[in-house]
Amino acid sequence: MVTELNIDADLRLGGFSLELSARLHIEGVLGVLGGNGAGKTSLLRLLAGLERPHQGCIEFGGSCWLDTSRGIAVPTHERRIGMVFQDARLFPHLSVAGNLDFAGRRAKGQAPPRDEILQTLGLEPLLERRPAALSGGERQRVALARALMSAPRLLLLDEPLSAADMGYRGELLAYLRDVIDSFRIPTVYVAHTLDEMTRLARHLMVLRNGGCVALGPVSEVLARLDLPEVSRRDESGSIVEATVVAHDPAYQLTHLSFGGQSMSMTGLIGMPGDRVSVRIFATDVAIALQKPEGISIRNVLPATITAIRVDNNLPHADILLESGGHAIRARLTRASLDDLGLAESQRVFALLKAASLVSD
Amino acid sequence: MMGIEWQALALTAQLAAVTTLLLLLLATPLAWWLAHSTRPWVGWVEAVVALPLVLPPTVMGFYLLLWFAPGGGLGALWLSMTGQQLNFSFTGLVLASVIYSLPFATQPLQAAFAGVGQGVLEAGATLGASPWDRFLRLVLPLSRRGYLTAAVLTFAHTLGEFGVVLMIGGNIPGETRVVSVALYEAVETLDYGSAHRLAAVLLGFSFGVLLLIYGLNRRLSFRLGSGL
Repeated sequence: MVTELNIDADLRLGGFSLELSARLHIEGVLGVLGGNGAGKTSLLRLLAGLERPHQGCIEFGGSCWLDTSRGIAVPTHERRIGMVFQDARLFPHLSVAGNLDFAGRRAKGQAPPRDEILQTLGLEPLLERRPAALSGGERQRVALARALMSAPRLLLLDEPLSAADMGYRGELLAYLRDVIDSFRIPTVYVAHTLDEMTRLARHLMVLRNGGCVALGPVSEVLARLDLPEVSRRDESGSIVEATVVAHDPAYQLTHLSFGGQSMSMTGLIGMPGDRVSVRIFATDVAIALQKPEGISIRNVLPATITAIRVDNNLPHADILLESGGHAIRARLTRASLDDLGLAESQRVFALLKAASLVSD
Repeated sequence: MMGIEWQALALTAQLAAVTTLLLLLLATPLAWWLAHSTRPWVGWVEAVVALPLVLPPTVMGFYLLLWFAPGGGLGALWLSMTGQQLNFSFTGLVLASVIYSLPFATQPLQAAFAGVGQGVLEAGATLGASPWDRFLRLVLPLSRRGYLTAAVLTFAHTLGEFGVVLMIGGNIPGETRVVSVALYEAVETLDYGSAHRLAAVLLGFSFGVLLLIYGLNRRLSFRLGSGL
């Protein structure tokens, strides 16, 4: 299901301004990425009706939420949105059950079955607790359940993992994926780590200084060498959509193919014919001029260099490769780049040291 | 228990109860406005509300006496509307008490409302709660302790009121003769027996009420703060 969201707004808050004009087709999760002060939270608050722009127009799924020129401003409580704040904002005087019922009673009979939500988010044992007795991650789960209980047409998630302990983030992320898969509510997801984005979002919007600098399918945005937001050393990478070809039970490997190229991954993944998203970190990609012999790396893909980005203040260079119709990012030292004499349109071999499944 | 002025005690309790009820109703919107308005003259209104805290009761009483007089602004209006005098009447006493105890109701409520926080209210709005719904289901229950404090302070303050009553109420049995005035008169006439009994009843009652309130307060805070 694709829902259309049109935003054309000029929001000024103190010294900050968010100027945005975008036609968004939200299919599943739209990820919003950006540094501190880029305007991510402001965008969510704008959509929720918690901030009023000086000038602007917001349309969601065919209904007008805001049009300053016509004097229309649908108040927050009539927009049927579900918002999960960074700080959960549970009602301290109500138990977990009370918090959920607060939302359910206001859903005008459209609340999804409570049991289904409790089960998906594992909340049964917490029902009688008060928010003060929950951990950060538990609070976020309750906040998410509460938002779902209000039967929202649009879900707004503001860095829901930031309040959870590092060790618990993976678990919370898995809960989020389950919710997104089971309830199929159009979602705008704000985060500042690429990892969450690549696991949840289909489309990505990058905000910087209150403006949109990139918008498109995740794999396309990730391949933009000019965006610092997707080029951080520990996170930059690419996503490749591949098909499971066969399992090799003896060696515990799975053979995949994409665009006529073949590669293998460790472990037995999916079933033959399944489509899987594979994430390849840029630092796990090496480049060779000739097909290497006597090397342990098994995934050697013929590729063409499509772009090189060099910053003389940094030791590394970012390189974009094309292989089997997919864009693959590689990060080498500038010294290697010069030694090999790499240039755009050059045909090379990409050596993949590791790859991981997006859904892991 | 002969010789206790039950009439004065009942009148005092009635005055305190009516004043408390009226003030909680009046102070709620006022405190809400003070807690949330960003207008530059909020400070002026806050200062006016707090005046009874610092003014000697006789100063308040003097101005109210003039204002409530048949020739004064409010007294004249009241006279033309009801044919009754405002000074030296129970109604006048209630009105004076409301003004005199205004800060005792407003300040705890204002603090309570400010403490509820915008975050919780925004969350309520995103869950489909209208402003009125948010006030009833979130602000009121989260301000319980503020209401409790406001009610106790107002009640106690009205109970102990003396200067203002003396100025505008006088000493009319069943109409304006409250305990503090009766006690004062008993001492003036050297009737120490009556004075003792009145004082003891008031002391016992006040202590009992405070004990009850603080007990309730502890339970409320326990329920809000703890997990189960």
